[in-house]
Amino acid sequence: MDQLIEKFYMNFIKEDRWQYITNGLRVTLTVTFFAVIMGIVLGFLVAVVRSTYDKTGKMKILNIICNVYLTIIRGTPVVVQLLITYFVIFGSVNINKVVVAVIAFGVNSGAYVAEIIRSGIMSVDNGQFEAGRSIGFTYGQTMLYIILPQAFKNVLPALANEFIVLLKETSVAGYIALEDLTKGGDIIRSRTYDAFMPLIAVAVIYLVMVMIFNYFVKCLERRLRNSEH
Amino acid sequence: MNTNYDAQQPLIQVTDLIKSFGDLDALNGVSVNINEGDVVFVVGPSGSGKSTFLRCLNRLEEPTNGRILFEGVDITDPKTDIDKHRQKMGMVFQQFNLFPHMTILKNLTIGPVKLQNKSREEAEAEAMKLLERVGLADRAGAYPSQLSGGQKQRIAIVRALCMKPDVMLFDEPTSALDPEMVGEVLSVMRDLAEQRMTMVVVTHEMAFAREVANRILFMAEGKIVEENEPVAFFENPKSDRLKNFLSKVL
Ligand SMILES: Nc1ncnc2c1ncn2[C@@H]1O[C@H](COP(=O)(O)OP(=O)(O)OP(=O)(O)O)[C@@H](O)[C@H]1O
Ligand SMILES: [Mg+2]
Repeated sequence: MDQLIEKFYMNFIKEDRWQYITNGLRVTLTVTFFAVIMGIVLGFLVAVVRSTYDKTGKMKILNIICNVYLTIIRGTPVVVQLLITYFVIFGSVNINKVVVAVIAFGVNSGAYVAEIIRSGIMSVDNGQFEAGRSIGFTYGQTMLYIILPQAFKNVLPALANEFIVLLKETSVAGYIALEDLTKGGDIIRSRTYDAFMPLIAVAVIYLVMVMIFNYFVKCLERRLRNSEH
Repeated sequence: MNTNYDAQQPLIQVTDLIKSFGDLDALNGVSVNINEGDVVFVVGPSGSGKSTFLRCLNRLEEPTNGRILFEGVDITDPKTDIDKHRQKMGMVFQQFNLFPHMTILKNLTIGPVKLQNKSREEAEAEAMKLLERVGLADRAGAYPSQLSGGQKQRIAIVRALCMKPDVMLFDEPTSALDPEMVGEVLSVMRDLAEQRMTMVVVTHEMAFAREVANRILFMAEGKIVEENEPVAFFENPKSDRLKNFLSKVL
């Protein structure tokens, strides 16, 4: 028991090492939060372009661009994308690593969100589309008022899952020496030569965040379901 | 209504309408005039092009060839703003197609509010009046999934009426309903016809067609083969195809 307390002291209290964890957590949450927003925006745009092309044959060029984007992002590892973003794309400019991470993870997430939302759009019965158009709504209005709200609801669980994946994926941010939660725990390990405590602490924090997020998604889902019965 | 439109002209004037799906000619030269106040029923065997004809009228299907004048405007012209004309053509679908994520009242008001610049209060007041007429005022706050099929279809009719259309298009409005719910929908349609709403109705309900229509069109293989007023249509069919059809459905 004494030994455990001793270890806890060494890993977290001594030299204020707990700050590696808290600062890292802040970085992880910041990167995840803004990457999620970027991913949703990008994903929505790409999904709408792709569905519009599928349904009407319009936006041909944009659709090609979107397909290239999806193919590259989904065909390469996120770590490689992160490294390229940092060392190649922003290699010659002085830029905050958090911003680099947000861009890299946001662009990555956008590709997966796009396919999720597109599948949601496809899952809405075509009769909904025709009903919207028959009232006199334009294609865009029909999308906005009638299709997307239903599509979003249909894919909410899949989207939530994507965000959980993203939260965990940001743990590779250490590759560009960004001190996120994982990196913070690893720094403590390298100082104290004790792997167990800092890494388990990091794992528990991820786990708790995911469980909290899952809980909120369940609540939201239940509310959405109740609003329709 | 369009100001260039002369009330002497037919409300809808269809000339040589052709619609092909690949090799298949679903419509094979359809010409017909629909006048204001007409209650035109369209009957015929399955696959004869009835739905395609109806859906071409508001360009849910893009006609391959031919011309449709609606209130004097050629709506097959790609330059025509079809969205504007669709506001004047209400459509009722076999599968209701209510918006499941909105309450009944929202289903009814979203069109007038977003497209006709009505205030929410005004649109809701008008919607409630129509809901009362079809006996569903108490369901205004419900969601579509809480309604029976017959109620859904009555709401779908009201949704189209809320746009104050000049013509109502119905594609087999009772075919997806349990038999005991057909009557309530037909009775709403009967009321509409009595108020001289212009209607084009595709249906398999022959007795109802006979009772309510002022004209009946018989379609087969993408053409209007015969047209007549209801009594003559059923009592004195001229073509063999219609005789044959009537012998099967009556
Ligand atoms: N989107 C489409 N793509 C290909 N073929 C189609 C399409 N819509 C209709 N058709 C074909 O066109 C023909 C006419 O179809 P339509 O739905 O107009 O018939 P209908 O008279 O309404 O029949 P029903 O009484 O069964 O509803 C049919 O042969 C049908 O298979
Ligand atoms: Mg049909």
